[in-house]
Amino acid sequence: MWSLAKEYWGVIRRPSVHFSLGFLTFGGFIAGIIFWGGFNTALEITNTEAFCVSCHEMYDNVYQELKPTIHYTNRSGVRATCPACHVPHEWTNKIARKMQASKEVWGKIFGTINTREKFLAMRRELAEREWARLKANNSLECRNCHDFGYMDFTRQSPRAASAHEEFLVSGEKTCIDCHKGIAHELPDMTGVPGWQ
Amino acid sequence: MKTYAFIIALTTAAAAAWAAEPIATLRGPTPLVEQGAAPTMPKVSNEDLRRLRNYPEQPPTIPHHIRGYQIDLNANKCLSCHSRRATVDSKAPMVSITHFMNRDGQFLASVSPRRYFCTQCHVTQQVTRPLVGNDFIDIDSVLSDQN
Ligand code: HEC
Ligand code: HEC
Ligand code: HEC
Ligand code: HEC
Ligand code: HEC
Ligand code: HEC
Repeated sequence: MWSLAKEYWGVIRRPSVHFSLGFLTFGGFIAGIIFWGGFNTALEITNTEAFCVSCHEMYDNVYQELKPTIHYTNRSGVRATCPACHVPHEWTNKIARKMQASKEVWGKIFGTINTREKFLAMRRELAEREWARLKANNSLECRNCHDFGYMDFTRQSPRAASAHEEFLVSGEKTCIDCHKGIAHELPDMTGVPGWQ
Repeated sequence: MKTYAFIIALTTAAAAAWAAEPIATLRGPTPLVEQGAAPTMPKVSNEDLRRLRNYPEQPPTIPHHIRGYQIDLNANKCLSCHSRRATVDSKAPMVSITHFMNRDGQFLASVSPRRYFCTQCHVTQQVTRPLVGNDFIDIDSVLSDQN
């Protein structure tokens, strides 16, 4: 057994006699591109709404609640999909989020939210994770579509304009501080700052 | 025979005349078997100007849109602006003291459960012409007319 392993090690170590160094380098380069591409394609697929709602946990609860909101249907026909709000577009953030998504696969296998009751019971915890994430990245996902630098406050309602002028321009608050529950129903809000 | 024909002709004409006469119903003049065009949905008024109350006990109408504002066991979006502690940031008028009273006239520490569902009393207004006229006269006008 040990001698066999030694023999194979010798084969791997022996310099190539049939292929030129140039071919090996080039071949490695091509293979790299193919794998990199495949990796990207896999990420691309997991970045679609169809993928997200392929799980009934996502389809039955949050997706149904999104439908009547402004981010699903509105006068301009531009809409926000799940990954637009939940997966950061920046490459590094994207990977970090994908690693966390593995937790969801775990949740799927162990059925943490596989019934409506379990989902409602866990909703506050899930929502809090999202609020914390958006708070930490200064509501990056919202700002990918809504850049307040281009907001014309004179075209907004006075209520919106005064709130944005006072708290957004100064950087005192971020979108998620004031706009919780814009896409889904809210969990029990007791104890959340600003709610009662 | 002739008289029969005459009677039939007369009743058909009468029926036709009767059918042609427009009868005002809520569903309009569209025949029963047809689907009439739906009237356009007016926009909710969102100009943020507080409106005159007709009498002191009137719940003021809401001068802003409330689309998607959740009011249920879990959350009350209205109170996130109108509660006592929220008004500094939101610039909204605080719910008045009557909203803290229970039915025995006792003041509670927070909004009374019977005032929790705001839209039971407060409603938005729409940008449209009223369907029926209104000749309400407020008490001040009544009193000044008496003199
Ligand atoms: C394999 C089925 C499945 C798929 C596919 C899926 N989810 Fe989930 N998702 C879950 C489960 C299960 C949980 C609960 C995880 C737990 O128990 O912590 C969850 C939780 C969440 C949460 C709550 C916050 C958090 O960090 O836990 C968000 C947001 C979310 N999913 C968004 C998405 C988005 C966006 C997609 C598409 C890119 C997606 N999900 C695809 C099953 C899925
Ligand atoms: C994919 C782009 C996109 C993303 C991401 C996005 N939005 Fe929007 N948002 C829109 C569009 C489009 C509208 C509707 C514009 C219209 O037709 O009036 C809208 C409308 C809104 C409105 C107005 C609601 C109303 O009732 O008038 C608010 C508030 C809002 N978004 C907040 C947010 C917040 C907070 C986030 C982040 C959690 C976010 N948006 C993420 C595209 C986006
Ligand atoms: C200080 C709280 C606050 C913050 C922070 C805030 N908003 Fe708002 N926003 C409001 C209020 C209040 C309104 C008006 C009420 C409503 O539409 O429900 C509003 C309305 C809006 C509208 C609709 C405008 C209109 O005229 O109807 C959009 C879009 C919007 N916000 C996007 C954002 C985005 C994007 C961010 C982050 C960059 C943000 N808001 C941050 C309080 C805030
Ligand atoms: C406009 C942005 C937006 C879109 C689009 C959106 N979400 Fe969310 N989602 C949020 C925010 C913000 C939260 C944090 C909780 C809250 O404020 O309601 C959240 C929370 C969640 C949660 C945690 C449980 C909860 O309800 O709080 C899940 C799961 C989730 N989203 C999945 C999805 C899925 C799946 C889709 C697509 C069908 C989707 N979201 C589309 C903004 C969005
Ligand atoms: C984002 C903060 C905000 C939210 C949420 C909000 N309001 Fe207001 N509300 C205001 C402000 C600010 C005013 C003052 C007039 C204006 O700017 O529109 C006001 C005015 C009012 C008035 C008129 C008071 C008067 O004396 O004329 C009523 C009634 C009212 N709101 C009821 C409601 C109800 C009911 C809800 C929930 C469905 C609600 N509001 C949600 C901010 C808010
Ligand atoms: C049972 C009916 C009723 C309910 C429910 C109710 N209100 Fe009122 N509200 C009134 C009446 C009547 C007035 C005017 C007289 C007064 O102040 O009591 C009023 C006054 C107000 C005012 C003006 C206060 C001022 O000082 O100018 C605001 C703001 C208001 N309500 C907000 C709310 C909010 C927010 C809720 C939900 C938490 C709510 N109301 C629930 C009946 C109601």
